[in-house]
Amino acid sequence: MNKKYLPLAATIAVFIGLFLIGGGLYRNFLSTMVLGNILADNAFIIIAALGATFVILSGGIDLSIGSMIGFVGVCMAVLDSMGWHPMVSAGLMILFGIAYGAFQGFVIDFCRIQPFIITLAGLFLLRGACFMVTLDSVPIHHDFVDAYAAAKIPLPGRGVLRSSALVMLASLVLAIVIAHFTRFGTNVYAIGGDKESARLMGVPIRRTTIGVYALGGFYSALAGVVYALYTSSGYPLAGSTLELSAIAAVVLGGTLLTGGVGFVVGTLFGGMILGLISTMIIFQGTLNSAWIMISSGGLLFIFIVLHRFLVGSFNLRGNS
Amino acid sequence: MSDRGTLNRIIALRHNRAVWPLLALALILIVDGFISPNFFDIRIVEGRLFGNLIDILYRAVPAALIALGMAVVIGTKGIDLSVGSIIAICGAVIAWRIQAGDPHLLILFYALVAGAVCGVWNGFLVAGLGIQPIIATLVLMVAGRGIGLLINLFYGGTNPSFESELLQGLSTGNIWLIPTRLFVALGLFLALWALIRRTALGLFIEAVGGNAAASNLAGVNSRLVTFFAYVICGVMAAAAGVIMTADTHTSDPVSVAMYSELDAILAVVIGGASLAGGRVFLGMTVIGALVIQALTTSILISGLPPEYNLVIKALVVMAVLFLQSDNARSAISRLIPGGSR
Amino acid sequence: MTTSMTASPRVEMLGVSKSFPGVRALDSVDLTLHPGEVHALLGENGAGKSTLIKILTGALECDRGDIRLEGRPVSFRTTGEAQASGISTVYQEVNLIPAMSVTKNLTLERTGGRLGFVSWRRAREQAREKLQRLKLDINIEQSVGSYSVAIQQLVAIARALDDDTKVLVLDEPTASLDAQETETLFGIIRDLKARGIAVVFITHFLDQVYEISDRISVLRNGSLVATKPTSELPPQDLVAMMIGRELGDVEAAFTKSERKAPGAEKVVARNLGKKRMLEPFDLVLRAGEVVGLAGLLGSGRTETAKLIFGAIRHDSGSLSVRGTEIRGNSPRRALDAGIAFCPEDRKTEGLVGELSIRENIVLTMQAKGGWLRRIPHRDQERLADEMIKALAIATPDAEKPVGQLSGGNQQKVVLARALASKPEVLLLDEPTRGIDVGAHAEIIVLIRALCDEGLALLVASSELDEIVAASDRVAVLRDRQKIGELSGEAINHENIIRMIAGGGADHE
Repeated sequence: MNKKYLPLAATIAVFIGLFLIGGGLYRNFLSTMVLGNILADNAFIIIAALGATFVILSGGIDLSIGSMIGFVGVCMAVLDSMGWHPMVSAGLMILFGIAYGAFQGFVIDFCRIQPFIITLAGLFLLRGACFMVTLDSVPIHHDFVDAYAAAKIPLPGRGVLRSSALVMLASLVLAIVIAHFTRFGTNVYAIGGDKESARLMGVPIRRTTIGVYALGGFYSALAGVVYALYTSSGYPLAGSTLELSAIAAVVLGGTLLTGGVGFVVGTLFGGMILGLISTMIIFQGTLNSAWIMISSGGLLFIFIVLHRFLVGSFNLRGNS
Repeated sequence: MSDRGTLNRIIALRHNRAVWPLLALALILIVDGFISPNFFDIRIVEGRLFGNLIDILYRAVPAALIALGMAVVIGTKGIDLSVGSIIAICGAVIAWRIQAGDPHLLILFYALVAGAVCGVWNGFLVAGLGIQPIIATLVLMVAGRGIGLLINLFYGGTNPSFESELLQGLSTGNIWLIPTRLFVALGLFLALWALIRRTALGLFIEAVGGNAAASNLAGVNSRLVTFFAYVICGVMAAAAGVIMTADTHTSDPVSVAMYSELDAILAVVIGGASLAGGRVFLGMTVIGALVIQALTTSILISGLPPEYNLVIKALVVMAVLFLQSDNARSAISRLIPGGSR
Repeated sequence: MTTSMTASPRVEMLGVSKSFPGVRALDSVDLTLHPGEVHALLGENGAGKSTLIKILTGALECDRGDIRLEGRPVSFRTTGEAQASGISTVYQEVNLIPAMSVTKNLTLERTGGRLGFVSWRRAREQAREKLQRLKLDINIEQSVGSYSVAIQQLVAIARALDDDTKVLVLDEPTASLDAQETETLFGIIRDLKARGIAVVFITHFLDQVYEISDRISVLRNGSLVATKPTSELPPQDLVAMMIGRELGDVEAAFTKSERKAPGAEKVVARNLGKKRMLEPFDLVLRAGEVVGLAGLLGSGRTETAKLIFGAIRHDSGSLSVRGTEIRGNSPRRALDAGIAFCPEDRKTEGLVGELSIRENIVLTMQAKGGWLRRIPHRDQERLADEMIKALAIATPDAEKPVGQLSGGNQQKVVLARALASKPEVLLLDEPTRGIDVGAHAEIIVLIRALCDEGLALLVASSELDEIVAASDRVAVLRDRQKIGELSGEAINHENIIRMIAGGGADHE
């Protein structure tokens, strides 16, 4: 088998393994209901992680994801209280996400600043902006939100696919198309694989970098919209540290943090693994939420070490 | 003509790395003086000094300690994202051992050891396994707060708050009118300075951060030096953790020192060090931490809502980064005729 | 000659000059390429080969000179423009994305498609077509990184070739290929030649030059030495053209003094080697003796020095210093045993540019002394000042960042650091690379002076005159193998050139 499928295979194996273990330990675990709930509950993380996948594939990182989710939420809630239709405010916020992402991408390429630092500033800026919009949790009351919450497609068994899960799956399809069937997607892999070679091969570095972060901004903002509709409220602290979960989902999904290697679909499984862990710990009942963090960190460690040795065997030239 | 000479000398000063952060600090304080006329007043209340200047120093202590450790790691061309988690673990260890009834001096030692162990882990991943620092320290960043919560569980986790004369004395007490933590910070600063500058460690760290391949050929064990830097960073974070934990006298692994890694990195960068490594400026890092705290304090006294704090901090970071970038600088000097060097 | 020289030239470069700050990289160089010829471009490091190629392929613009493509004047501002005009390049470092599939590498930014979408079916067809041109049959879905360097090289060539390619530049394509892989590549080059493509072939393997090329151009220090048909240029003349630089003043300044008999054996290498890098060799370094390492670029000069220093771990043979064998060799152990090394590439391996002269000089001494015993500041200053004076380093003071010094002075700082560690054995790799003539002479005189003080020296150099002038004994390398030693009266240009060119009997 081609070595580049190895991390993805490992991810899917871990997912299936965890699901089966859950089934062995708890009654009613192996069901479409649990699966449907995991999909719906983690939809916003997975959507955000899809954007992060592109950024990480390009060899960068985006820390502003969580703050973007919070900011989109409070803006939607406040706009709702001013009488805007949620769809309109959602559209506006998604445009904002794209613009802000593009700005970050431009600064990264133009100023040659490490993505880590400038998106860190983005994390501060957007979180601060949340507090400037409102300090309280603001509810979103709108018929559309109720309809959104009620919509569901039944699955075989007792499970359902809720709207959040549907939006997430649609986002996933879009991401797969962009990553694997467009020139832009190929260029993202190229600059993540070896930026200097990509430059010599004629890849437009600046345009691609700006595009990558704009796409990241799009997905973060969309995740914010889904989160706001899912909780039907905007809360200025919403999404704190969510960038870490998103990055963890990407890495667990088999994408190399050094860039250039990975599959978008892996991120779905990565996010589902995180969801499974928390679901299992909740099913257990006696375990503390501490275990969610520790097991996420532990899995992250295992995958990072696995990737480290894979990179070695890929004979990749270092790109630092 | 002599005016011109003085002017040129002043203009030449801009190349001195100490000038900009100090200027920024002075500017913030001057603005504060205008906003609040009695800004610089210092009074004695209940046997200790009170005043905005003291307050800035007092509040800047934990961030400065973390930033000092971060400066060492950044000097090796690394970064440590896990300092917040280390503080969480350290706080949990303190609460746990106090519940267990250990002598408090020993607990102080345990807390520092916990930080060192975390540093050993990070150092192992970075120097031992050769994983990129951002990625390697992400592991502890994600898991660390969970470990803190887990330690809370050792004694039931129901009541992590505690009382400790020793630890709280270190954090919130005074000696001769002056907050004790300022002495603690000064002591740690001098100890770290001695470790870095009175031994050859500083030279090795800067050599490894500047050019690891050349350092290896010159006989420096670059892996060991890198490893050591992470241990130092862990211990400094733990020291900050002691002060923060004792301040609130409770262990709150979920939210303690949230975003502290960001403040620390920011302080180092404001202090003039490049994230590309190769230089450690301990004194300037402290100035950087003071700039951040002064900014926070001035937002408070200016009557602006505290929520502006994060936004202003972010804009300052962006401005600093922008000014450090060659591309942006040449773009600006093209806009301002005669403003080029 | 298979090519008619009367055909109108494909490319003419006339009077091309290029300067970089402080360096004259090319001085009025002419180069003519004919359709269907393989033109070998030779020269040592820094001779100007890559600058010339970069100008031809649009990666650099020349200061003066004309470039004509099929008679029409052209000036390329980007590699893309050159590529569009039919001039393609395959760089020495294979420029592909290792983690991506062969198809993607072949079609990246080359494939059309509506609205930015890629049709992988079309891309695969295109990829197969490109590989077909080279008769290369590999799985195009597999990642490029999973193939051998040879295949990667061929994929890079396939990517570079279009239907309308007129000129193909191959920069050291065989550097990491074995004999059979090289043969495959040559088959392809002959094929391209038959299709009328002009191939520029840069290499340092002389036998390959004679096997494949029609004409040879030799560059030295930014000037064209000559362009000659391969059949009219015997190997010895070629080697002389490449490395026979005249030192003039330097040689006059330094006459071979009465040499004392060499002292005790300091370093004994037995069968020391590393797979795919250097064939096992024997070498002895003695006190008060300079051993020169002669050979062309890529013959293993640097590798020999690095194996002895432990910067490269050997996988065969043994190394002993002053009678005790060193196991698990590393730079640190070598330094502790009294060996010091000055690397060729000062910027990446020699100096820490941000640090001051003083800090760079004390670094090795401090590393040997351990981090706890810091050398007092005053002693550091004294040492740095001594070294600045002894080696005549041009600087206002010892606190200047080393990155701001000129090349020659940087080299002296590297040397100062090595000397400060009080070595008994000193390994110098290209000690005079990239420095001006004045500093050049100084360094050679210094080498002799150190030798007279009883140091054992090993000097690897691409300058033949330097080797002849400075050495008591010369080890000659060819194709990553030590092929013999010369000593005493036998050390002269003719003997060394004959050995490198492969014509002479092995001495010793």
